[in-house]
Amino acid sequence: MSTAPTFQETIFRLKKYWSDRGCIIQEPYDVEVGAGTMAPETFLRVLGPNPYNVAYVQPSRRPADGRYGDNPNRLYKHQQLQVILKPAPADVIDQYLGSLAAIGIDLRKHDIKLEEDNWEAPTLGAWGIGWQVMLDGLEISQFTYFQQCGGFDLDLVPAELTYGLERIVAFLQNVESVYDIEWTAGVKYSDVRFLDERQFSKYNFELADVAMLWQLFDLHEKECTRLLKESDAVLPAYDQVLKCSHVFNLLDARGAISVTERVGVIGRVRRLALGVAKAWIQQTVPAAESVP
Amino acid sequence: MSIPFLLEIGTEEIPDWMIVPALNQLQDTFQALLDQEGLGGKVTSVDATPRRLVLRAEGLLERQPDVEELVLGPPKSAGAGAAAGFAKKMGTTPDKLGAETTAKGEYLSFTKRTQGQATAAILSREIPNLILEITWPKTMYWNGKGSERFIRPIRWLVALFGDAVIPFEIGGIHSGNTTVGHRILGKPSMLVTIADFDERLRTDGVILSADQRKRKIEAEIAGLLADKNLELKADPDLLHTLTYITEFPTPILGSFDRSYLALPQEVLVTVMRHHQKYLSVEDGSGKLAPHFIAVMNTNADPDGLVRHGNERVLRARFNDARFFWNQDQKKKLAERVDDLKNVTFQAKLGSYFEKTERVVALVKELGGDENAQRAARLAKCDLTTDMVKEFTDLQGIVGGLYARAQGEVEDVAQAIYDHYKPLSMEDAVPSTLNGCLLSLADKWDTLTECFKVGMAPTGSRDPFGLRRAAQGIVRISAEGDVNFDLPQRGELADFMRDRVEYYFRDVRGFAYDEVRACMAAGWSDLLDLQRRLGRVQAIRPTPDFEPIAASFKRIKNILKQASFYNAGPLDAALLEDGPERDLYTEVTRTKGQPLESRIGPLRPKIDLFFDKVLVNAPDAKVRLNRLTMLQNLLTEFSEIADFSEIVTERQAS
Repeated sequence: MSTAPTFQETIFRLKKYWSDRGCIIQEPYDVEVGAGTMAPETFLRVLGPNPYNVAYVQPSRRPADGRYGDNPNRLYKHQQLQVILKPAPADVIDQYLGSLAAIGIDLRKHDIKLEEDNWEAPTLGAWGIGWQVMLDGLEISQFTYFQQCGGFDLDLVPAELTYGLERIVAFLQNVESVYDIEWTAGVKYSDVRFLDERQFSKYNFELADVAMLWQLFDLHEKECTRLLKESDAVLPAYDQVLKCSHVFNLLDARGAISVTERVGVIGRVRRLALGVAKAWIQQTVPAAESVP
Repeated sequence: MSIPFLLEIGTEEIPDWMIVPALNQLQDTFQALLDQEGLGGKVTSVDATPRRLVLRAEGLLERQPDVEELVLGPPKSAGAGAAAGFAKKMGTTPDKLGAETTAKGEYLSFTKRTQGQATAAILSREIPNLILEITWPKTMYWNGKGSERFIRPIRWLVALFGDAVIPFEIGGIHSGNTTVGHRILGKPSMLVTIADFDERLRTDGVILSADQRKRKIEAEIAGLLADKNLELKADPDLLHTLTYITEFPTPILGSFDRSYLALPQEVLVTVMRHHQKYLSVEDGSGKLAPHFIAVMNTNADPDGLVRHGNERVLRARFNDARFFWNQDQKKKLAERVDDLKNVTFQAKLGSYFEKTERVVALVKELGGDENAQRAARLAKCDLTTDMVKEFTDLQGIVGGLYARAQGEVEDVAQAIYDHYKPLSMEDAVPSTLNGCLLSLADKWDTLTECFKVGMAPTGSRDPFGLRRAAQGIVRISAEGDVNFDLPQRGELADFMRDRVEYYFRDVRGFAYDEVRACMAAGWSDLLDLQRRLGRVQAIRPTPDFEPIAASFKRIKNILKQASFYNAGPLDAALLEDGPERDLYTEVTRTKGQPLESRIGPLRPKIDLFFDKVLVNAPDAKVRLNRLTMLQNLLTEFSEIADFSEIVTERQAS
């Protein structure tokens, strides 16, 4: 597979593919998130009656998954390409399969299966029905028809397609370790990302100041609650939810959250997320009625 | 005229395990529709792939038969106004009305003819409901809030009645005569008829028959393994899954590096089976071979890319498992006991550390030796290992393997290894006594604790698998020869009683009345119950047994009618010579002898007693004395079973 695209070329092609199909191409959200779903481009935009088609690469941070750069497949931060098609078109699966062709996968020479895998994010009051997409036994994507978000039944059912970019490109380039992926000609994934895997693993597991993190959690929570109560600044309030969520993940990686505390802290984040979702829906004007 | 019918519901990929139940429902409801509407015909087949549910029927009528019905109107004497009203209601004129003489007099009547509806019209009206009323474990909507729900989006519909399309619509999809081929091998659209439907699908990469897909997998696996001295490790459940996640299954043989065989076979098989849906392969001596079978949903792997890809994924998975294994050995199970304080058993029930304390105590109480207690202490420690966090199905098994690797004595390791057994009715109970003790104590603890906080199963809801745990306890006690006293009162006792009854009746095959009779004499000690059941079953066919049982029923009724419960001492002097004294003498003579040898001689004495002696004697003292004798007799025999529960032939007929 000498013709396999580089990491960045793969991203270019996928963006172009979805751009050609009417998607807004967004840039990554600039607050830490654990998955592309948490970016407001998904969490908020799937709510309410307005159609929305968007694609973006979202660096996703999962502090507990860090391995100091030692593990060939596990990363603290991975790059996820996220596509939201709201409402999902009837040929959404064919469109998805077309995107695989666009990055050089000849499906007549491979084995592709859609295997049951429903998605649920209790912290976001969100769940959906769908599959994991298996290519020659490798899970390359998660495909979900959202049903609920922020505790609300969705007016239009969006399809969420997520591409695990490191996995896909390692597969295409036939390398055993994500660090051996060719990012662009002459540059490996490890050249770009090894240092932050190593340093952030150390920070997440060893250095992060637990007392400070708890303080931060409280502060962000307070700020979110205040904004929701005193203003209609839903987007800034949602940033505070994301901050809380990330701090929670850091505390978790530090082993600072006991079993009994855990449920309670998740509940606090969830309450904030549901509050934001509610406020967003109340503010949303159907597209037909909005004034330019 | 007899017309065939075909329905295809085209969807996106339906989860494999839901398909067969849905097909069965579809078959039943469609047949019921044909029967109820008098459309004739029989459902001849249902079949499915992940993307389509297909039903065929034959012999349908073109229309319902016409129906004639005689409708009675008002009495003839009610006058012209009433007659006109009735005629109007019947859609006719008064001169067309007839008359009918009944016991109450003469009435107006009308023979109403209802023309049968066209079958096509009925099908067109009813099929959408029939499809949408299939019940699924979890449904979704895809056309916006409040729209129709199904397991996955419906994308096309074929409904053919002979050559004609039955028109209907679900969620914007109109039925037609156009189907869809395999995602990769087939065309996205093709015209079909009832006659060429299967064949058209076949040429477009879809084998509709699940049975054919399964046979294709089996035959081709046999081909792959032939001449290689390899054998498939049979796995019917996985084979079923593979059959229903593919439209055109083709197995391939892959390999992995021999060095991974150093990992325990249980781990390798779990990785392959649960995570990758690969079938395992054994060498001639029954040992796991460094190969696997993957089943593709396409027709070939011309460049070996699929095999290469699957091997690459498996390698990464095995590397993870090896990493976990090595990592986990750095902290022995014995050093992990305290870590269990951070593992929740259940929110209301505290941690696994607390559970461990209770189970250790219970094992000790059950007479468990040092090894049993050690096993109980370590049993849950594997919950803190990376291996179990990754492969949760392996809990217990990993603990056992680690214990062995870390130098625990074999008895301890084996008890931990087995302590979730039996996982099903088919699964064996733990292979050692200490394994049985540990498993039983663990399950009993779960049951009692859950019942304490009101988490008993209700209806079909049993999230903690308490029924299975209870069944496990019964089986371990009975089959593992473990003495265990079940409580006899309270909610948990009622729950256990059902499990005990079910086990001996449906699993062990004792007659239901024998089970009831023996349980009425006590079921706290299952080993004792088991022995008594064996005895009753053995003497049941002897000629004196059923008459004796009938007599006991009679005794019980007499005592009940007399409201006689407390037997005082018997006064032998009050006994009448003849049948009464004879019975007493026989009972006294054989006291302490086993039931089996007493029944024969006793039966004629009892029969004679009831034949000749009036229990309800006029003299109150004599009467009470007789009742006392009967009560004593009943009590003596009831230690084995309450024979009045036995259904005798005379009663049954």
